[in-house]
Amino acid sequence: MTNVLLIIFIISLLYVAIANRIITYVRVLALQGSILFGVTFLQLHEIQTWNLVLILLETIVFKAVAVPMFLGYLIKRNKITRESEPYLPHFISLIIVTMIVVITVLLANSIQDTHLDKIFFIVSLSTLFTGLYFIASRKKIITHVMGYLMIENGVFVLSLAVGNEMPNLVNLGIMLDVFASVLILGIFLNKIGDVFKDVDVDQLTNLKDY
Amino acid sequence: MTLIYLICAFVLAGLLFINRNTVFNYILVILYGILQTGFSIYACFHYKNTFLEYFSFDSLGLLLLVTLSIVTIPALIHSYLYIKRHNESQQSRAIYFSAIVILLTSISAAYLANNIAVIWIFTEMTTLSASMLIYHHRSKLALEGTWKYVFICAISITFVFIGILFLSLSLQHAGSTDLSFANLMAHKDQLNTFWLKLAFLFIFTGFTAKLGLVPMYTAGIDAKDKAPAPAGALLASVLMNLGFVGIYRFYAVIAHTSLFHWANLIIFIAAFLSIFVATVYMTKVINIKRMLAYSGIEHMGIVMLGIAAGGIGYYAAILHIVLHTFVKSSIFFQYNQLYRTFQSKSIQHVGNYFKYNPTGAIVLLIGFISATAMPPSGLFVSEFLIFKSLFDGNYIILLILVLLLLTIVIWAFGKNILKIIFLPVPDIDESKIPEISPWESLTQYILLFTAIWLGLNPPAVFVRLIQDAVNILPN
Repeated sequence: MTNVLLIIFIISLLYVAIANRIITYVRVLALQGSILFGVTFLQLHEIQTWNLVLILLETIVFKAVAVPMFLGYLIKRNKITRESEPYLPHFISLIIVTMIVVITVLLANSIQDTHLDKIFFIVSLSTLFTGLYFIASRKKIITHVMGYLMIENGVFVLSLAVGNEMPNLVNLGIMLDVFASVLILGIFLNKIGDVFKDVDVDQLTNLKDY
Repeated sequence: MTLIYLICAFVLAGLLFINRNTVFNYILVILYGILQTGFSIYACFHYKNTFLEYFSFDSLGLLLLVTLSIVTIPALIHSYLYIKRHNESQQSRAIYFSAIVILLTSISAAYLANNIAVIWIFTEMTTLSASMLIYHHRSKLALEGTWKYVFICAISITFVFIGILFLSLSLQHAGSTDLSFANLMAHKDQLNTFWLKLAFLFIFTGFTAKLGLVPMYTAGIDAKDKAPAPAGALLASVLMNLGFVGIYRFYAVIAHTSLFHWANLIIFIAAFLSIFVATVYMTKVINIKRMLAYSGIEHMGIVMLGIAAGGIGYYAAILHIVLHTFVKSSIFFQYNQLYRTFQSKSIQHVGNYFKYNPTGAIVLLIGFISATAMPPSGLFVSEFLIFKSLFDGNYIILLILVLLLLTIVIWAFGKNILKIIFLPVPDIDESKIPEISPWESLTQYILLFTAIWLGLNPPAVFVRLIQDAVNILPN
């Protein structure tokens, strides 16, 4: 069951690669949050109950509901256009993301390790690189943030792989989520929407040597 | 005591944040200065003790903590002068001082942490407080700088976290789950090298955002440019040391495994590229603050060369990072007076500083001599020892390339600084140039002469602390 959920997680990455509208990204983030809820529930059976409840609450409340809702609010408030505006065509994006997944699968197959379920490694590493690719290939700042949130989800998957032995690392991951989301989304995306008319990265090229 | 210190500092930060009264604000800032100094003195008397399980006063932590406390006092004085001159609103003053208190406290705690996860938590907090300082002026450019800093630091922090996860996988092969450095050291032979390799790559890349090396150095440059100069001085000195602590403590574990030479190669590549990048930008740069920031990148490259070369290089690297803290922060403090004289950041609009403010101009001159590591500056000693370690390690080609690059850096730095000090600018309105009190440069002289004294005639206890700090590395 965990494997099925994680494979859906990877498919969601491929779906984002060809998604045209920003709202799709938001929905995929919500979907990923729900998947993480399921994976956490199935995977972490050895840790204390209150800690498990905390982690589950974080995934379902924060990742699956609060962050997507806030992103939707930001899109409306800053009147961000619906297109995701990639620099590359969707077809090439799809090929690149597929290549990333294939390469991580090949890499994971070369590892001999009894302590780690390989699928966690594959999912987290491919999400990391896909997220970085989204950040590099999309024009809007808000899609950069979404790429970053996807990276966070990938890291969370990896922390679940060691979660039974070291539950504190999962808690640290939650701290990272909350910190980054509050700092990046709450304070600055709000401000950037106020100060800059269009929320494109092209607007952020004034700071240089003069 | 560590707990009391942390609680007091955060309470002070909170009070500074809500307080709007001017006198009360000064009292709180002075209290923080006393708290920070007192904590360092307490740490000196409890050398090698461990507190709260996660903090220990070891040699490297103690050395950098005392360095930080020495820089704290002038930083607070110059912040006070800065805020007073700019007629800031009470709210912006409150945010500024509470951010600076949180920044200094979390850096101190990260220096002393003996667990990589704890260092990580406090590194996160430095990003938060530094971003408040960078956004101090609430302008469009400041927002851009803050956004870039926050975003790149967030990604680097995530990288460090991934590195910690890989490290925990590696540690599980040794049948342990405790991520403290002492425990890692105890299990150094049983760590799985594949995961350890990945962990080192990610942790190193992540911490370069704070240390200021290739690949993540970019955010720091904009940050030091946009932050107010007293805060920029902290970002350019003590915050960079935080990145060094993170990398150094983990490197000490790696150095005892079979990955030693591989890790050295990675550090050599990053350090050489940093010096190269810094050189290229130094020849072109016209913004004074950015020039100083790039000079910091170059110095961190030299420090990491010393670490990778080994031998006497370890000693020299730590000496260099301490001296660099004093020198770079004093030039940044002086920058404020320079800006007040000419009202411009651009080298083209600044000149003949010696005529308008001789005391400050001499600070710049000594700072320049120190930053380019010419005798009699203390950095000459450390840099010389680093080159000697490269020579001993038979890295002759690398050494020649680095020396060539450094020559270009000295030329570019000298061209700019000497123009600032001596070359008159045409059509400048001298009636608009304000009188600068020479007393404002006093703290900078103290910092610069400390750097010279520590380099040329280091006290025995200082040498012993550094030697003790490098003892954990293989010889």
